[in-house]
Parts: sequence; structure tokens; C-alpha cells
Amino acid sequence: MVIGTVTDVQGTFWLLDIGAPRWAPLHMTGTPWKIDFGETEQYLKVKDAVVVAVESIENTGRIGVTMNGEGLGKLEGGTIVTLSPAKIPRLIGRGGSMIQTITRMTGTKVAVGQNGRVWIDGSDDGIRRARECLRIIEEEGQRSGLTARIQSYLDSTGSPPEDGGVRPGRPRLDNDSGNRPEFDGPPGPHPLTRLPEAVPEPEPDGPSEDPPPPEY
Amino acid sequence: MGNVGAKEIPELFGPDGLRTDGRRPDELRPLKITAGPLHQADGSAFVEWGFNKVMAAVYGPREVHPRHLQENNKAIVQCRYNMAAFSVDERKRPGLDRRSQEISKVIAEAFESVIFAEEYPRTSVDVYIEVLQANAGTRCAGVVAASVALADAGIPMVDLLPAVAVGKVGGKLVLDLNKLEDNFGEADLPMALVPQSGRLVLMQMEGHMHRDELGRALDMGVAGCRGIYEKMKAALRDRYAVAPAASSEVSA
Amino acid sequence: MSDEVTAEILSTHILDLARQGKRLDGRTPDEYRRIEVEHGFVVTADGSALARIGETAVLSGIKLEPGKPYPDTPNAGVLTTNAELIPLSSPTFEPGPPHPRAIEVSRVVDRAIRAAETIDLKKLCVTPSEKCWSCFVDIHVLDHSGNIIDAASLAALGALTHATLPQKRFGIAEADIPLAVEHFPVECTFTRLGETIVVDATFDEERAGQGRVTIATDEAGNIVAMQKGLIGAFSPDDVKEMAERAFRHGDRLRAIARGV
Repeated sequence: MVIGTVTDVQGTFWLLDIGAPRWAPLHMTGTPWKIDFGETEQYLKVKDAVVVAVESIENTGRIGVTMNGEGLGKLEGGTIVTLSPAKIPRLIGRGGSMIQTITRMTGTKVAVGQNGRVWIDGSDDGIRRARECLRIIEEEGQRSGLTARIQSYLDSTGSPPEDGGVRPGRPRLDNDSGNRPEFDGPPGPHPLTRLPEAVPEPEPDGPSEDPPPPEY
Repeated sequence: MGNVGAKEIPELFGPDGLRTDGRRPDELRPLKITAGPLHQADGSAFVEWGFNKVMAAVYGPREVHPRHLQENNKAIVQCRYNMAAFSVDERKRPGLDRRSQEISKVIAEAFESVIFAEEYPRTSVDVYIEVLQANAGTRCAGVVAASVALADAGIPMVDLLPAVAVGKVGGKLVLDLNKLEDNFGEADLPMALVPQSGRLVLMQMEGHMHRDELGRALDMGVAGCRGIYEKMKAALRDRYAVAPAASSEVSA
Repeated sequence: MSDEVTAEILSTHILDLARQGKRLDGRTPDEYRRIEVEHGFVVTADGSALARIGETAVLSGIKLEPGKPYPDTPNAGVLTTNAELIPLSSPTFEPGPPHPRAIEVSRVVDRAIRAAETIDLKKLCVTPSEKCWSCFVDIHVLDHSGNIIDAASLAALGALTHATLPQKRFGIAEADIPLAVEHFPVECTFTRLGETIVVDATFDEERAGQGRVTIATDEAGNIVAMQKGLIGAFSPDDVKEMAERAFRHGDRLRAIARGV
């Protein structure tokens, strides 16, 4: 799964910047939408952000991507942060522990692209705190004690919001809004619109009571 | 500005408080605008302003050259402000020097702020400004000429862009510097106004202007721009007026 | 490929926050990122400074060499400012002849230094019409994370205030002396984000913004240079307000550039 930005719209496909050496074409058949020739711009326009999966990499260097599949679609609302792709495993953590801690403590929803682009949505404050966690991971991800570092940052800046912190109605993966022609995919809630599953409290790395104050 | 080690500063105001060319501090030089003098261009204008003579031509919207500059969701505005070799006292080496490139950039950005660029994706609106005879204030004359040329070419815009410089000469603020004032003044503040919104889309400044003077200088420039705006509209009306003779023939 | 495309949702988020007077990194609209100036970064230069504003890094080096005065200013030395947006500093910069945006940075920084009479060029004259000092201010942008104009101006002033006139090396006098710096201009750059005007924009904020204005002030309450750039518009009241903000930031920026 990667996050891309639309850079060009053609009659039957879009070109996406996914941080690869070349722009990746997304053909209209690779979407959940039923699109007639020339209608591509009604669905995605330049600067829209999308979650896609890489299907094929050809010998010519052409990268085929698709928007058909779980967790894929157009992104609405929220913001995008870019990380080195090498840091993505640290962001996810063992069994998803790190990303779950961050989303739970900040009340945000996150989509992680393997190309280093991360979509975050939530309250302004939640987004700001999640961004700061990403910055810490970017700069200190290679060191040990990262989990404790992130935990202590989150503990020192607030507790998890009770309502999950997400504004009602946002975000959504907009597969069926607007004056669009018929939509022939299941319009049910998109996987990304769900909050992360509740996870058991992770074992704190340090002494359980007073976490060390942040170093800055 | 910045005439280090230059000659004596001449007297820039007469005993009557008037300037070397007889103008009041807030008075413009004579300005004449002709819309559509060129035939090949999609739009054109000729501006004679004091001793300045500036021609502008507009081509487009058309294919983008070079290709990689193309924007897929809007038109780009490219501007080339150039001074003819013979436009100044000492022959200028032909071609774009750094000053011309900077001016070209800020003028292009000023027009891109008022042109409905999203109407013409993947195209370029090319604005060419040639200074044929220079006598201070050529970038403002260029903006006025280009603006009328854009309207002549039928490019949809929020508004025309009148432009003028305010300067500080002998400690006094003056409108529309002439060459002598430009050479020996303390500050030069060229600006271009969107009359409809009252906002500036081009503004540069060089010299020494005390913080308390800035407000008055901007007000003086805005008032000057509004006067120029009327002349720009009049030039376009002249060009597109239906000739009285022709209309009477039709009605007869 | 021309410029990188910034996702619309990122720009929208930045503009949403700005409407409430907030910014992505938690700053207020009138707050700079952390500023540092390291003097003497390059020993081969006659003066140098590395300026950092947040993640932006700009290096300036001064070279002073004997030259010949211009015919129209026989009693003055020569000052040349040049900025390079080298491809190392951003994926959007390409090798080749100077791009107009590099020329703009050079000229805006040059205009402030020149108009403020930072260096008294008459003192750089050795023999009228014959020999003078040429002062080259070269600026390399190393890491472009937004607001390179202010960083370039800090680096240039930092380098000039710590420069040495290499008289001994060129056999002009027995000993080297510090380059005399008379005035201290600094630039302060603002970006419009909707109806909010923020100082010291990050790269993403610049991409989301609608125009920028740079205002250079000196220590005596003068505005010495201004430049409106990029696509956008500002009212005269906006300009007056930005000028007052530029003066408020100016003294601190000057102190950091000088290292005092």
C-alpha cells in the first residue's frame, strides 16, 4: 500500500507521484468506479491524494497501481506527512504496537504508505501530536528506547480523548459523493474510516509511575 | 539609488516646491496608452510615459515551451521583460541580465495573481515587454502596457493592473520618479494595484524609507494607480469603440 | 518533471489551521523557528556563516580580492552578491544556469546589503580609478525547508560581520584588519495563508501560501528593501502591519547574525 498524489489526468488514466523514479499510471479499470472515457477528471483531479497498491513493476520501469482492494481509495480531509520509507517498520512497530499507541493516544486515524507517506486525520491537536511522534521516529528511529520515548512524549502532552477525538463525518474515502455517475462497488464504510481496534495496554518500558520528562 | 562616489546631488525641487520637470510631488508624468498597435500578436499595447516608450505583446493561451514547465491544472504565465540595447544612454549588452530576469519573474507572478489561469490547463500565456526608450519607471510602464495587451488579447482577468513607483527625493515623497530623481533619490517603491480589491500584486523597494513614511508612500502610490487605471480603461474603450460613421450606416 | 506536486489535503489542512491562528508545527503566526548562526564555518573564506532556521540551512562565504573600481564610481570598492540554489538542497532544484528564483534571492539579499550601506564601499577603495577591494558575497542554500531568503540574509550578514580584510596576503598592508561593517540589515519574510499572514513559512506553508513579502530593516528604523513575490496580493494595510512585525523581529535577528 502506498500513498500517491495525482499529477496528471488523461482520458483513461491518471498519473500518480508515489515517490518512485517515475510516475505510476492508475488506469480507470483499476478503480472501484464505473467511468466512461473522458470522465476521469470528475473522479480524481491534480493534487488529489490516493491510497493505492502496487500491482506490477515491468522491465520497462512502468509501475502498475490499482485502487481496487481493502484500504485503498481517495483520501479526504486530514493531512500528509512524509517519512523516510526505511523508518516505516519502526512507525508500525512489532505487531502494529507503535502505530496503535500513537493513534489511540492522539485519537487520530492513520494510513501508512510503504513509500513513506503517512496520512493522518483527527483533531488539530491530535494531528499535531501524531506529527511530532513521526518526527521523533524519523530522527531517532534507529535508536533503542524509541517506544519509551514516544510513550513519554504522548503521556506528557495529554491523555487519549474519550470520543476518539475524531470530528464527526470526517474523514471519509470519497468513493461515492458528488454529482457522479452510478457507483458499482459496495458503498459500505471503508476500512480506513474505522478507528483502530482497541489494543491492550502495552507494557511500559521504564518505571511504571513517573515517565521521564521529555528532553526538550 | 546607491550612487556611491557619484557626482554632486543636483537640486531636485525649485523654490516653488515643484520638481525639475515642473510637476507637483503627487503628479504623474504625461501618460499615453495605445491598445492593439501590433498585428501578429494576440494582444498588444504601446505606452508612452514621460520619456519612456514601452511596447507589450501577448501570445496565448498556447502550447507551453519548454514543455516541462506545463501545469496540468492551470495555465502558466511567462514574462520576458527586456531592454533594447539602444534604450539607455550607454549601449546595453543585448539579452536578459539579472535585473531583467528578476523583473520578468515578479511581473509574471503579478499577472498570474489576476488571470483566471485554471480556465486554460496545460497552456502558457506569454507576455513580452520591450523597453524601447528608458527614463525611470520602465517596469511599471511595462506592467501597464502588458495589462492592456492582455485585455486586448481577451485573456480573462480579475482586473487591469495599473502600476507606478513612489520615491523619496530630498527627504520628500514623490509620485512617479523621473530619471534624475531615480538616480539621486533616497528610495524607490514600485507597485502594481488590483483596483477592484485594493491589493498589491507587485511591490519592490530599495533605498532608505523610515518606518513612519511607509504608510503615506503606499497611499500615494495607490492613488496614483487609480488615476492610471482610468487611462487604461479609456485606451481599451478607444480601441473597441464602434466608429460613429459605421454605426450610422447600419442604422440608415 | 517540473515542481513536485503537494497534495491538496495538506494545503487545505495548513489553511484550516491558519484560519484559527495555528500552524502545523505548533507555532503562532508571528513566531520564527529556532534560529542559529555559526560563524567561521569555512576557513578558506575571508568570512563565513552558516545560518539555520529550523531545518533550513544556508551557508555564506565572503571573498575579498583586489580589483579595479567601476569607471562611474572611481572612489568605491565593488560589492557582488550571488546566491546558488544548488540541486543538493532540494528535489525541486535542477543543475544548470541560475533559475529566476535564485536570481531573485541574490538580488533581494544584495539590495538590502547595498541599500543599507552595510559596507562603506568608499573604504574599500585603495587607489581611486586604479585599485579597490572587490567584496564577493556568495550564498549556497544547503537545505531548503522554507524561508531561504531570511536564512540567506542572516548568513550574509553573519559572514560580513566576521570577515577579515586580507591586506597582508595581497601585499596591501602589513597586517589584516576586520572588515568594517557600518549597518546591519536583516530580512523578514511573510507568507499569506488565507487571511492570516505568517512569518518564516516552512516549505509546505510556502506551497500552500498565496504570495510572500520580504521586508528588510536596518537598526535605525529604516526599511531598506522590500519584495513581493509569488502568486498573491496584499493590501497596503497588510504591508504596514508586516513592516511593524519586521521591525519587532529585526533586533533579535540582527543580534543572532552578529553573534552578540
